[in-house]
Amino acid sequence: MSALGTYFYNIFHSLYTVIVGMKITIRHLFTRSATVQYPTVKMKIPERARNRLFVNIDDCIGCDQCSIACPVDCITIETIKSTPDMDLGMTSKNTKKRLYVPRFDIDIAKCCYCGLCVWPCPTECIVMTDVYEFAEFDRQNLIYSFSNMTVEEIAAAKERLEKYNGEQAVKKAAAAKESPASISIVPVTPPPINPEPPAVPDSSKV
Amino acid sequence: MKFIQTLLANQVLVSILLSALPLVFIVLMVLVVLYTEMKVAAHIQDRVAYMRTGWHGVLQPIADMLKLLQKEDIIPTKADNVLFRVAPFIAFTGTYVAYAVLPFSSIYIGSNINLGAFFLVAAGSLVVIGILMAGWASNNKWSLFGGIRSAAQMISYEIPTALGVVIVVMITGSLNLQDVTKFQDGGIGNWIVFGGPLPWTQKFMLMPFTLVTFIIMFVASIAEVNRTPFDLPEAESELVQGFNTEYSGMRFAMFYLSEYANLFTVSAVVVSLFLGGWSSPFATFMSGPIWGVFWFVGKAYIFMLIQIWLRWTLPRLRVDQLMFVSWKVLTPWLFVCLFAVGLILVI
Repeated sequence: MSALGTYFYNIFHSLYTVIVGMKITIRHLFTRSATVQYPTVKMKIPERARNRLFVNIDDCIGCDQCSIACPVDCITIETIKSTPDMDLGMTSKNTKKRLYVPRFDIDIAKCCYCGLCVWPCPTECIVMTDVYEFAEFDRQNLIYSFSNMTVEEIAAAKERLEKYNGEQAVKKAAAAKESPASISIVPVTPPPINPEPPAVPDSSKV
Repeated sequence: MKFIQTLLANQVLVSILLSALPLVFIVLMVLVVLYTEMKVAAHIQDRVAYMRTGWHGVLQPIADMLKLLQKEDIIPTKADNVLFRVAPFIAFTGTYVAYAVLPFSSIYIGSNINLGAFFLVAAGSLVVIGILMAGWASNNKWSLFGGIRSAAQMISYEIPTALGVVIVVMITGSLNLQDVTKFQDGGIGNWIVFGGPLPWTQKFMLMPFTLVTFIIMFVASIAEVNRTPFDLPEAESELVQGFNTEYSGMRFAMFYLSEYANLFTVSAVVVSLFLGGWSSPFATFMSGPIWGVFWFVGKAYIFMLIQIWLRWTLPRLRVDQLMFVSWKVLTPWLFVCLFAVGLILVI
């Protein structure tokens, strides 16, 4: 194309492309917008989405497996053994509960929503729910305590355990008197640690 | 006007009142255009823009305005204090002064001077001074570059605009925009885009040339008000905003207001030169002083809509392309039109 031809071609081509572009934009002007008015309208989240953790503490047997599985250590569990005379009931999967769970804290601020704590749970009591709106102004409020034991109950459980342990110790002592030929375990002394520190290369000579 | 004069019986009061009328109009119009622009922009991108402030966010432009007015007015210590303070008002005065010669209706025109169209072109140049002043006074090299860039652009595009005005003036024989509008009165066929109310032979010969002039004038007017695809002076995403980088608060609002007021001015000029201004497209049906305001503002509003539509369609031009369009495309084509129209009118 000659220079003059290119000049005219460019002018008409640019006019044509402007019209093409405007046709596209006007079509979008009248299509339905993709925006969802979030707080009033909520999008459906996927069925197996992983969001806030929930613990059904009635089913928890205090096995600590979720806490071990957690890669960010956001689950803290404390347990107290129950005495044989106490019946803690059964879980919904017919496992006998043997431990009190006075503390089951999840620091949801640390949680990375990997869901690794959910799989090891033998009673399926720790689950991920579909709740995702739980922002707080204070970070302390993000530490969720799931334990339902009161301070008095915890104290009572501890006391009972101590009492039981004391009784057991007394029984043991009595049994030991009767049969003195008990095995005494000799503690193994660890090998002495080398007192000399490893040779550090002298940086002044280098 | 006679009515108001007898009511107040004071020439000074009347002139103050009448000159304040466009200011009220500008503020209201800017609110409407801001809202339209945001909504059209959003819907072109399949979004919905603001929805919370009032019904579908209608109060948002007012909130934006109030926010800008309340903001701190920061003046850089190394800036030229006087020029920096004065620049936005000069730019706004340049746009506001142009409203004096816009024929809003058959009975309302700020100043019925014989050099209306000429005055418009001259007043447009005052904005360039304001912008250049702002860029210089900021004492910031990017602002100065922005100012110079805008000055180069606006001056370049003033030539096609002025030539377009000349072509219309050749047909109508008057520089007074009121007369230009009256010339086109009496239905859509009498508009200058379609050759004006001339004998059939002349009309048909004129029509292609007036149409081309109209398109060129429209393109040049978009460039005059620094809007996309010619928005190099304030390319906020790439070119450090431009001349108004250092401005904030009220003074920035002044530039903003000036820009949108200018948007209306150029649309109104194109409308009154080519599309019959306040005259009704249905001859005598729906025509009259009040309908005149409706037609004038309505036509200008449609033009603003097209400008907004273009803004979200086209990418920005490069500086060399910008100059190419002005000097090698629009100006020569207008000279051809000028020659042809002159020839047709002489025969």
